[in-house]
Parts: sequence; C-alpha cells; structure tokens
Amino acid sequence: MKLHRINALVQRHLFLYRRSLPRLMEIFYWPFLDLVVWGFITVYLMKFQGQLPGVVTFFLGALILWDVLFRAQQGITISFLEEIWARNLMNLFASPLKPSEFLAATMVLSIFKVAAVSVVMATCALAFYDYNVFMIGLSLVPFVLNLVITGWIIGVLTTSIIMRFGQEAEVLAWGMVFLFQPVSCVFYPIEVLPTWLQAIAWGNPAAHIFEGMRMVLNTSIFPTEHLAWAVGLNLLYFALMVGWFHYTFNVCKEQGLLVRVGE
Amino acid sequence: MPAPILEVKSLTKRFGDSIAVDDISFDIRPGEILGLLGPNGAGKTTTIQMLLGLVTPTAGSIRMFGLDLATHREQILQQVNFSSTYISMPYSLTIEENLWVVAKLYGMTDIPRRIDEVLKKVEMEDSRAKITRRLSSGQMTRLALAKAILTEPKILFLDEPTASLDPDIAHKIRALLKEVRKSAGLSVLYTSHNMKEMEEMSDRIIFLQKGRIVAQGTAQAITQRFGQRDLEEVFLKLARES
Repeated sequence: MKLHRINALVQRHLFLYRRSLPRLMEIFYWPFLDLVVWGFITVYLMKFQGQLPGVVTFFLGALILWDVLFRAQQGITISFLEEIWARNLMNLFASPLKPSEFLAATMVLSIFKVAAVSVVMATCALAFYDYNVFMIGLSLVPFVLNLVITGWIIGVLTTSIIMRFGQEAEVLAWGMVFLFQPVSCVFYPIEVLPTWLQAIAWGNPAAHIFEGMRMVLNTSIFPTEHLAWAVGLNLLYFALMVGWFHYTFNVCKEQGLLVRVGE
Repeated sequence: MPAPILEVKSLTKRFGDSIAVDDISFDIRPGEILGLLGPNGAGKTTTIQMLLGLVTPTAGSIRMFGLDLATHREQILQQVNFSSTYISMPYSLTIEENLWVVAKLYGMTDIPRRIDEVLKKVEMEDSRAKITRRLSSGQMTRLALAKAILTEPKILFLDEPTASLDPDIAHKIRALLKEVRKSAGLSVLYTSHNMKEMEEMSDRIIFLQKGRIVAQGTAQAITQRFGQRDLEEVFLKLARES
C-alpha cells in the first residue's frame, strides 16, 4: 500500500467538501435534525422516568452512536458513488491505485466524517438537552471504534453491490444500514426480539455494542464479554467483506462492468 | 530495431456469447504511434480497456516494458496513461486540484512545476483555478490530455482524443502530441474516426473489424492493398462489407 495514493484520494474528496453545501449539510444538517427530533421525544419520555428507568440517558446516547455507524458506512459508500457520479472510476483504476488503497482512503474519509458528525451531535446534545454523551465513560471509546468498523463492513458490502449491479443499486447507499437496524437493537434490549431473531441479532456486532452500552448505564459494569464478541465478529466480517470486495472487483473486470458502472 | 515496448499476443475478450476482441496480436515500439482503426463496435475501446487493466482478457497476454500486465499491474500502470472522450474528471474540483490529485496518485514530485508545464502546453495556464464543471467540451478534452501527459508516461492510450474539438484546437493537440512524442520518445496507441488525422499521426495502422485485425501496415500500404485512394475509402469499403 502506498500512502501517497491514499492521500491523493482523501485530498480529492476534501477538495470536494470544501465547496459543496449539500455535502456539508450531510455532516451538519441531517445529524442536527435527527438530534432535534429524538431530543424532543426524550424530553417527552422524561415524564415517565419512574416507569422507564434509564430511558432518558439512553435514547440520545443510542442515537449518537447509531449515527457513528451510519456515517462510517456512508463515508465508504458515498465516496465510491462520488467517483461514479464524476465518471472518474476509470481514471482511478487505470492508475497504479490498488483496490485496497481505494478502500483505505474511503475508510480515512469515513473517520473524518464520523469525527465531524460526532462533534456536532455531542455539542448539540449538551447545548440543547443538557446531555453529556461522555457520561458513559471510557467504555465509549471501544464502543465507538467497534461501531466505526461495523459501519465500514456494511459500507464495503454496499459498495460491492453497487459496483456489481451499477447505479440502479445506489439507493442502497442510504437504505442498506437500516436493514441491520432492527437486529442492532439500538433503542431496545435484545430480549424484546422474537427468539429466532435474537439468534440473528447475536451475530451482529452492533447488537453487542448497544447491549453493552445499556449494561454500562444500568449496572456500571464494563461489558467485557459483549465487547469481545463485538471485536471478534467485526474482525471476522471485516476480513470477509474486504475479500468479497476484491472478488467483486475482479468479477466486474472480467464482465466489463467496472467501465460501465456509471451508465 | 528496438524491442517492442508493448506486446499483445492472441488477445481475446468474450462477453457471454459475443466476442468483442478476437485473437489479436500486435506490438508497439518505443516512440511509435500506432493507429487503431475500425467502425463502432470493432473492439477498439475494449482493447484499450484491457491494456489499461480495466477489463480482464478472456485469453492472450499483454506485456509492457517486458512485464506481464496480469502480474505487474502497478509497475506497468505507473508508466502508462490515457485520455478518452468517454470519461471525465471530478466536476467540482478546479483544473489545478484535479491535476494535483492525478500527480499524487502517480507519486510525482515537484507537482506545481509539472502542472505549470502541462497547462502551458495545452494552453490552459490562465484557467487553472476554473471549476471543471464550467469548462467547454474542448477545454475538457484538453484537460484530459493534460492529465494524460502530466505523469510523463512512456505509453499513452488515446481513445478519440480530438473527437469534440474544433479544427484549430484539434490541430494544436496533434502538434502537441507530435512534440511530446519527439521530446519524450513517447509511444502512443491512438483511436480516431478522423481518417485524415489517422494518416497524419500514425506510423502504422491496425484495422479492426468485428474484433479481428483485418489489415495492418502504414496508411499508404493499406490503401494500396485495398486499391483505394485513401484511408477513408478503405474504411468505408470494409465497414460496408461487414
């Protein structure tokens, strides 16, 4: 892997963000709106604090962490779509750039995006709802890191599908992550799911992260087991998805799809 | 005679039941301009896409600089570039930003000086801060060419590089290519539907039809072989026979 090529791609997208209002809105406006809506729901639920202990502290935290996952996924998929929209894929892949370097650059971009969105949301939550996301404590760090990796896994999966099936599949860039939301148990504990769906949810690293977060809030015990599961599953799925991306890339080159993906 | 800088042997590409490129072999020597001629669908663009590693051949081999493209993609593509009417560059970036990204991708040093040089060559030095979206199609073509020569390639693949240019700019681009070829010893694979341009630019021509090579040689040799007055008549004869 050559850093100068990763740097070139990252810089190419930063040039783009520098003068694009819609792209900046993606970082500031939508996360802010999410927070406003869920913030008011939380304010309403505070009236039932007695019946639903911990719900208030949990909702906004869950929302912010869900956005970490969502933006991490988007950082990868939207970067790929930007190249399709700009009809730039041929320029990139006819250069010495390797597919792995392309993925690495999108992951760096995704970190930038997650960092910007997290700062916006954490600041607004504190300013408008007096909610401090850091009340979760040091556990927040491994939670966030794992959610970023889960977001990357979904991002690489979505990108591979778009590369294989073309722009018709581009709607997945915004919708795919929500396929995983019910089994991520973001806003409810895993035991509310039907038994068969619980089995699926336990195979989802995000479910372990959100379960772990609830455990911290309810018992102040660090969820070592959930974290270990999340890390293990993330590593497994990440390796599988990167392999899948390379396989799809080669299939697309064989079928001539790489040069037609934007048509 | 110097060794070929590019060697293609028995190159074939099938998409399902249809054959886009059918068992073609050719080579390019250092400093040579090879014209790839043929009607639409003859396999010219697919051939260039295979040479750029964007499409995997079904059979055959591609060697550049003595290396196999299948196993030395990175080393080969470092010394190759291309320009095509069918691709673009990111619209929201300025000309200078776009060229900077390309230069970085190829690991170039002294990038500002190199960008100055190529922008001067394509007569766009005053437009460097212009957003790419605002360029005319002629300027876009010149930017694509600037991008192609920026990285100082040893082989250049040009897919209809003057297709959208007015005769004056097209003439300047041809003059530029000749100059770069002379000064840098550049080898070029060139496709165009402009027969006069082909005759003017190419040292040798390969005529493709339905994915196969049906004629090759100098423009003069080809016209003589088919008993026609010029390359355009040969093109019409072969295209209508198909």
